[in-house]
Amino acid sequence: MWDYSEKVMDHYRNPRNVGTIEDADAIGSAGSLTCGDQLKIYLKIDENNIVTDAKFQTFGCGSAVASSSILTEMIIGKTIDEVRKITNKDIADELGGLPPEKMHCSVMGYEALEDALKNYKSEGYVDLDEINSAKAPEKMICTCFQVTENVIWDAIKQNGLKTVEEVTNYTKAGGACGKCKNSIQDIIDTYYNKQKNIEKLTPTQWILKVNNVIETQISPELQKDGGDIELVDIKNKTIYVRLKGRCSGCKNSTMTLKNFAQKILQDSLGSDITVVEVE
Amino acid sequence: MTNKLIYLDNNATTKVDEKVLEAMLPYFKEEYANPSSMYDFSKPSSNAIKEARGVIKDFVNAQSEKEIIFTSCGSESANTAIRGVLNYNKNKKHIITTKVEHPCVLNVYKQLEKQGYRVDYIGVNANGELDLEELSSAIDEDTALVSVMWANNETGVINPIDKVSEIIKSKNKDTKLYVDAVQVAGKIPIDVQANGIDLLGISGHKFHAPKGVGALYVNSKTMITPLIIGGHQERGKRAGTENVPYIVGMAKAAQLAQDNLQYEMTEVKRLRDKLEAGIINNIYNARLNTGVANRVPNTTNIGFEYIEGELILLHLSDIGICASSGSACTSGSLEPSHVLRAMNVPFTAIHGSVRWSLSRFTTEDEIDYVIEKLPSIIEKVTSISPYQKELQQLKELRTKH
Repeated sequence: MWDYSEKVMDHYRNPRNVGTIEDADAIGSAGSLTCGDQLKIYLKIDENNIVTDAKFQTFGCGSAVASSSILTEMIIGKTIDEVRKITNKDIADELGGLPPEKMHCSVMGYEALEDALKNYKSEGYVDLDEINSAKAPEKMICTCFQVTENVIWDAIKQNGLKTVEEVTNYTKAGGACGKCKNSIQDIIDTYYNKQKNIEKLTPTQWILKVNNVIETQISPELQKDGGDIELVDIKNKTIYVRLKGRCSGCKNSTMTLKNFAQKILQDSLGSDITVVEVE
Repeated sequence: MTNKLIYLDNNATTKVDEKVLEAMLPYFKEEYANPSSMYDFSKPSSNAIKEARGVIKDFVNAQSEKEIIFTSCGSESANTAIRGVLNYNKNKKHIITTKVEHPCVLNVYKQLEKQGYRVDYIGVNANGELDLEELSSAIDEDTALVSVMWANNETGVINPIDKVSEIIKSKNKDTKLYVDAVQVAGKIPIDVQANGIDLLGISGHKFHAPKGVGALYVNSKTMITPLIIGGHQERGKRAGTENVPYIVGMAKAAQLAQDNLQYEMTEVKRLRDKLEAGIINNIYNARLNTGVANRVPNTTNIGFEYIEGELILLHLSDIGICASSGSACTSGSLEPSHVLRAMNVPFTAIHGSVRWSLSRFTTEDEIDYVIEKLPSIIEKVTSISPYQKELQQLKELRTKH
């Protein structure tokens, strides 16, 4: 039995604003029958860009209905600009929280809302996000549940997700065949690397960067002791090096690698760097 | 919300029969001796085990008491049987099972696949009936084990075990047959000899014994390597001091189940059929997922189209009715039931599938209550579905017929 909050139970028992709006100004949907949940949301927006009415229809579990129901309450009376700021986390918070495995229901609410607003054009309104995203078609990551890279990216950003499992709980991506788990991990890595202001590099740029750190920061220090270090190969985050001069065969060479070279490389390029010595 | 409790989830677990509890209590309080001890005080407990073994032997119609091993649950019975046979026949690397086995069996095979075993998963038709031809053609020289559940936990569909064992014997007489009988114990007669079964597992809590006790039948011609190593208990096939009160409880439950078998197959079946008809005839978007398949008398699996199962269960729970669903949302796994998917139940119905499982304690009043209350719950859930157009079409189609 899920540990649903009182508010979740209240909303699935007595859902607010169920139905459709005949002359809706914006309609959005998320999910599908195959995936086991679908949400449709209808908005009425007045000339001042205020949402005057909202209705929903949901095929889904208790938390999906509760997320949809509370979302309609949250947006009625708000301006479009205010509505745009609502995230899935706001929906879940408003419900007094959702079980981790059910967070994807709040994401579905957010997605449907986003979909509705994407379809809504008020006069003179320019959607910068749309212009930006129009450059590249959305990349499908999870084909089982039809989850795009953007949805995963938003979920990571809005909820501070750090693991693939969390992404699955929030977006369903990776929850069926599991083939996209590596891609999800890549998105997580990319997001947090961007956070660290490390730009996405081509393989050549990456080699140059590693070599630069070795030549400018590590090599000079070893040379002081009559030794040296040479870059041999790079496989992703594993860096193969050869110790030269006095360093090679030195009893402390492992110490040199682990404590000094690896630390400097990690500080400059990320904590997931491993340094391996080759003969 | 309500004090009422209508328990229609007996394939998940059952309530302990009063008489079972009564039979168990002395072995907690007075007769607590270790059955292996060498004093007179241990005689009542060792005799109780001996007697219980005789009861279970009769319950499955084994040839000898020596063929019965007491375990802690259905999963342990399955693991002991499967790993036991494979570890004893290390040169054989092929296993055959079905796509609709219980996870406690299926996940063992998934793991064995990673360890280098070749596993064939035999499919079922739209009614959930096993494809015997596919099974037959899958058996080869290397097949160590065929593992087929007697009845499915979600649909109640019965597999023709006699035919399965005939097929096996005609293709490879060294291949062993393990039957997961957890869902038939107490519902239909079990006869391991007449059905040519080599190994068979049961679980006490599915027939009104407490959770935490099960049994495994291993016929005298079948060798297994034990899973739990330690003392000499269970003739070296399962170490660990015997769980005397629970074993006594399971034996009592087996006796009661045997006594009630006729009631189960007539009266429980009548109530199940009444419930089924009451739902199918009164709710236009209800669909019997098993069609005309032969089923255990207590189970029915009904899909409610264009709505979702967890929400149905939550509303049922509010009025005191307990059932379960094959919907993705209830499992936490995001994927709907592997059983219903193997049957190709349409996506319109799979997420809204509800399993109702009765017991000999289910009353007519309870069934009437469900039949009376369910339509308004389904109506409430259906009214918020985004598939109103499809539902309308379905309604017109069904009311025409």
